[in-house]
Amino acid sequence: MSEKTNDTMLTVDNLSKNFVKKLDLAGKIAQKLGSNIREEVVHAVDGVSLAIPKGSVVGLVGESGCGKSTLGRMIAGILRPTGGDITYKGVSITKMSGDEAARAALQIQMIFQDPFASLNPRMRVIDIIGEAPLTHGFTTAAEKDSYVCDVMKRVGLDPEYRRRYPHQFSGGQRQRIGIARALAVNPEFLVCDEAIAALDVSIQAQVINLFMDLREDLDLTYLFISHDLSVVKHISDRIVIMYLGRIVEISPTDELYADPNHPYTQALLNEVPQLEHRGRDYKPVEGEIPSPLDPPSGCHFHPRCPHATDRCATERPELREIAPTRWSACHLNDEA
Amino acid sequence: MSVKDTSPTLEVRNLQTHFFTKAGDAKAVDGVSFSVGKGEIMGLVGESGSGKSVTGFSIIGLVDPPGNVVGGEVLYNGKNLVGLPDEQMRQLRGNRIAMIFQDPMMTLNPVLRVDTQMVETILAHDPSVSKQDALARSRDALGRVGIPAPDERLRSYPHQFSGGMRQRVAIAIALLNKPDLIIADEPTTALDVTIQGQILYEAQKLCRETGTSMIWITHDLAVVAGLADSICVMYGGRVVEQGLINDVLDHPVHPYTRGLLGSVPGANSRGTRLYQIPGMAPSLLNLPQGCAFQARCPRADEACLVEPQITEPIAGRGVRCCHPHLNAEEEIGA
Repeated sequence: MSEKTNDTMLTVDNLSKNFVKKLDLAGKIAQKLGSNIREEVVHAVDGVSLAIPKGSVVGLVGESGCGKSTLGRMIAGILRPTGGDITYKGVSITKMSGDEAARAALQIQMIFQDPFASLNPRMRVIDIIGEAPLTHGFTTAAEKDSYVCDVMKRVGLDPEYRRRYPHQFSGGQRQRIGIARALAVNPEFLVCDEAIAALDVSIQAQVINLFMDLREDLDLTYLFISHDLSVVKHISDRIVIMYLGRIVEISPTDELYADPNHPYTQALLNEVPQLEHRGRDYKPVEGEIPSPLDPPSGCHFHPRCPHATDRCATERPELREIAPTRWSACHLNDEA
Repeated sequence: MSVKDTSPTLEVRNLQTHFFTKAGDAKAVDGVSFSVGKGEIMGLVGESGSGKSVTGFSIIGLVDPPGNVVGGEVLYNGKNLVGLPDEQMRQLRGNRIAMIFQDPMMTLNPVLRVDTQMVETILAHDPSVSKQDALARSRDALGRVGIPAPDERLRSYPHQFSGGMRQRVAIAIALLNKPDLIIADEPTTALDVTIQGQILYEAQKLCRETGTSMIWITHDLAVVAGLADSICVMYGGRVVEQGLINDVLDHPVHPYTRGLLGSVPGANSRGTRLYQIPGMAPSLLNLPQGCAFQARCPRADEACLVEPQITEPIAGRGVRCCHPHLNAEEEIGA
């Protein structure tokens, strides 16, 4: 479904994650008595496959509830998948155990959206950054101080501040602390979940530039999750678009923007406000994003799609190659 | 600087709103002047702490202690709103001047049905309207902002709406009394891209059809680029640059505006480094002497230690800078 080449760093194969809201006692009794109450299941990620080449930046884009964060968390090892497989450097993470799994988990680090909630307010910066490398033997207690100073310098923080607490820093600096914490264990792969969404515009630019510098210096691979298409376009080599738990399109960045294939991608790109786009006449996509508890049948996008046919309402479109290195999940491609 | 009409709907002159806190006096808004013409959409742009929201709250008289409007004038159709008795202000607010907040739950009462809240808004300003008429007007307003099945939705509670729908209800309430001016404070920041597009569409349609003026407060330059007629850029409680949208975005003159535009990923920025404004925004409690931007400005020198005044180096453009970029060819950051 997605291409697998020798320099593929991470592959996701038919990955799914369901969240189940279990019935409480009253619900179970009602069910026994013949009520049609059922457990509520959200298919947050529904059969997703993709491959991330070494050294690339893959942008993962979608609106609220499309499962982009859930997918990122599964890749970072924070959530366990319900089904499917994640392969890191040719070895299945989901089937690993013990030391092997711990080592792989260390190579994949995550950077979170909220620089306020993701740092322990009671820990000093030196401990926030230094705890993991000490535990995993990247440094010793005696060398921790200089080790942390080096990491702080790398992300543009003044090592003088290493004994301070997170609340003494601004939002942009806190995000740098979060990045330093991830880098402290020498990862090869970073999952950035809306890592710049909470920052002011001028600070966003600083952090975006930092990500690009780190990529050059440390040869990192990124999965960059964001709802902001202009940011994703700026830094990604390849873009993955998700809608309600499924991937609708994967494409190299330039080709995606030049010629979006899936109707949802087209709508999304059309709605992105751009500096170059003045005094526009807005023509919005109709309809709401459906609830993931009860997604539409067939192609999830069909109720909002201007090109939908009967087939779209009944049959789930497969993600298939429409051109070299481009994939799209839309029935319209079959007719052309 | 109005666009479509010579007599502006709103004129703000040298507005000053200060917060008298224990830690010191924060000059959140310090000498802001602009005007908004009939049917004009003005983008009020700035980063956190630039004073853009406080400017909006000051206009509509919603600044709470320890904040206070300490100087300047807010002229609505020529009438000064600063120092207006509470009762007269209340008659204007929600009637002639309405506000849309970032969080629609600032507008909506979670324990009342939407129809109750909408009818109340109408009757509060005109008790002579019958309840039937008020309901009919509420239904029309919901329909106008694109809410399907408005009759049913009138009987819903706010929690039964999605985020985008709730924002539409808040906008519908703002529209109820056909105000002359709407102040919209980051109304689409919390919404998804496709939903944001729908709200922008409604806002634009409204201003074009009814001649309502709008102040759109946001940090997102790209949204303003597509929507607004004119723009005011704020920094450290002051307006640093103002003018027509195309003029300012195509040829920014203030180093901060230039830096801000350079730091937004654009259509052709891919693979290049973004311009980054060094440092961070100063605390309002501790603004530097003179120009607030000097510590981050590549052009700063001794002249910047004296507070620059708004000048008009180009026709129709207000700039608060000692060293504006008047040569269009200069690089950002030069």
